[in-house]
Amino acid sequence: MARLQLRNLEKVYGGAFKAVHGINLDVEEGEFMVLVGPSGCAKSTTLRMIAGLEEVTAGEIRIGERIVNTLEPGKRGIAMVFQNYALYPHMKVRTNLAFGLRIGGASKAEAAKAVEEVAKILEIEPLLDRLPKQLSGGQAQRVALGRALIKKPDVFLFDEPLSNLDAKLRASMRVRITDLHKRLKREGMASTVVYVTHDQTEAMTMGDRICVMKDGHIMQVATPKELYHQPANLFVAGFIGSPEMNVIEGHVDGGAFRTGGQVIQLGEALTSRLTARPERAALGIRPQHLTLATGINGALSAQLRGVEFMGHEVYLHALLDGREVTTVASAAEYDRMDRSLDTIRLLPEAANIHIFDRDSGRNVSLRAQG
Amino acid sequence: MTDISHASDVFTAGADALAEARRHQRIQQRRARVSAILRYAILFGVGLVMLYPLIWLVGASFKTNAEIFANPGFIPREPTTEGYVKGWETSTPYTFGRFFWNSFLIILPKTIGTAISCTMVAYGFARFDFPLKKILFGSVIAILLLPNVVTRIPQYILFRELGWLDSFLPLWVPSAMAGDAFFVFMLVQFLRAIPDDMEQAARVDGCNSWQTLLFVVVPMLAPALISVCLFQFMWTMNDFLGPLIYISSVDKYPVSLALKLSIDTTEAFEWNRILAMSVLTITPALAVFFMAQKYFIEGISAGGIKG
Repeated sequence: MARLQLRNLEKVYGGAFKAVHGINLDVEEGEFMVLVGPSGCAKSTTLRMIAGLEEVTAGEIRIGERIVNTLEPGKRGIAMVFQNYALYPHMKVRTNLAFGLRIGGASKAEAAKAVEEVAKILEIEPLLDRLPKQLSGGQAQRVALGRALIKKPDVFLFDEPLSNLDAKLRASMRVRITDLHKRLKREGMASTVVYVTHDQTEAMTMGDRICVMKDGHIMQVATPKELYHQPANLFVAGFIGSPEMNVIEGHVDGGAFRTGGQVIQLGEALTSRLTARPERAALGIRPQHLTLATGINGALSAQLRGVEFMGHEVYLHALLDGREVTTVASAAEYDRMDRSLDTIRLLPEAANIHIFDRDSGRNVSLRAQG
Repeated sequence: MTDISHASDVFTAGADALAEARRHQRIQQRRARVSAILRYAILFGVGLVMLYPLIWLVGASFKTNAEIFANPGFIPREPTTEGYVKGWETSTPYTFGRFFWNSFLIILPKTIGTAISCTMVAYGFARFDFPLKKILFGSVIAILLLPNVVTRIPQYILFRELGWLDSFLPLWVPSAMAGDAFFVFMLVQFLRAIPDDMEQAARVDGCNSWQTLLFVVVPMLAPALISVCLFQFMWTMNDFLGPLIYISSVDKYPVSLALKLSIDTTEAFEWNRILAMSVLTITPALAVFFMAQKYFIEGISAGGIKG
């Protein structure tokens, strides 16, 4: 077990294109850290630098007490699960699993014993004598997982391991991987994980903490709950949560937020929290916290543009001063709604309002930590 | 009553249409069969024309010298193995076996050397970044486009200076040091079509570059490597100019030169001996080709399509 530290880590391609801009990240012993972000945010590049598959331009990578910048991947104490499994096509599952150990100098008997153990944990015993091409996607993924597990590394690296699987299998593999992580942790085995994904559901359900990245910068590192309720900036606010957070442009005026002709009361608690009163501000509110209002007081009026029926709930898309906002209503609420009107009244829950500085993107209404 | 007769009309019309459709289908099936017979007949005819010289060669090698020119057919009237027996003995102090052995001594190190050296060079070009890579790869392509004959004289002088004349060395050493740009190019193309994930996985598993090459890349390259070996085997077996330039002692002649020898030394050519030895000469190449045909085609087509 070991903690992983990135210090001012930079990656520059061909002396011109800076992919990673001096990031700092601490992954604690036994922690499941998810790197998430849109494509091109350098999350995979960061992971590959940790693995040693990509050279580090500047900065430091520490695993445990060692600086591993210039070490070969095989000597870093890591194991990696690749997006397309990367199983050796000419070797049987058994040999695939044992390969790393054998290269590392383990005897045949030791490797065979380790293979049996891992196969048992991952329930792949019946597959041991098959070739990778005879495996289904989910089976291949489990073998790839086994190949990482068998090495008992200090740090596990996952590079979008579930993105080639169908939705159902992905959901079950998610549970399997998190269960496995918990089990390893319980048994005191190596279990520090860095997991790269572009899928926020994976990030939210699997990570102890999540590191949201954009254009080679870290936007926020926090627990899933904190990311959802306390997004540090507009990017994180928009990236995490489904449907996306509503962002209404305007300015803070005393204890209220003004947008176009409408006023939203911010309430005492929020107003006192504001660390700044930006001229160009944005109010962020999740669709779940923007409820359909029955009365007029304090409610915003918006023109209904579209309805998406999701089964147990309904997404209502409306225009508020020319900007699209979304609200989530329960199916029952929707049934009660007067559908002859094309104007709906929306009531933002003051406790869940965020105020952002539109220029820096910063959330100026964060609650004090602790 | 009218209704019933109407219904029976409809029924008759339906039955007629069905019969018509069936008749139409029968005609189509017949046409397809005739067309297939025609196509196969043409293919068989053209194939026979192309293969006839080879078939004739085999047939004629069992004829007497007198019959070769008298009988244009390929089945000998009085089959004899005299051509093989006398041809094998040759007009030199050595049997033809000696020449086969010489060919083998050239082919074996050349083929193995080519496979090993070209794999290493291609792996380097396909997977590593190093200074002057583009220029070096450009020169590989340039060599590929250079006619062989251009380099004959400088090479001859070089090998003379090295004291390698009248030995097998000039015939296999350049190839065993990745001198055949074609094979390097072919393997580079093949490697480029293979994703490098497995190699990265091998590095994470602790392999160094050589171990990655040996345990992961070479097994994946197998079809291409088999093609390389086959090509090299056939081209070397058929090479006439190389041995002609560098080998002067008869005891070192490979089969290609030995065949020519039997034409040179006899005033009245013993054609059946020459034909018999020709048949023996092409046999190994044919045998190897048919045995490895599957991999051979896989190797060249994979390189060509995916690359």
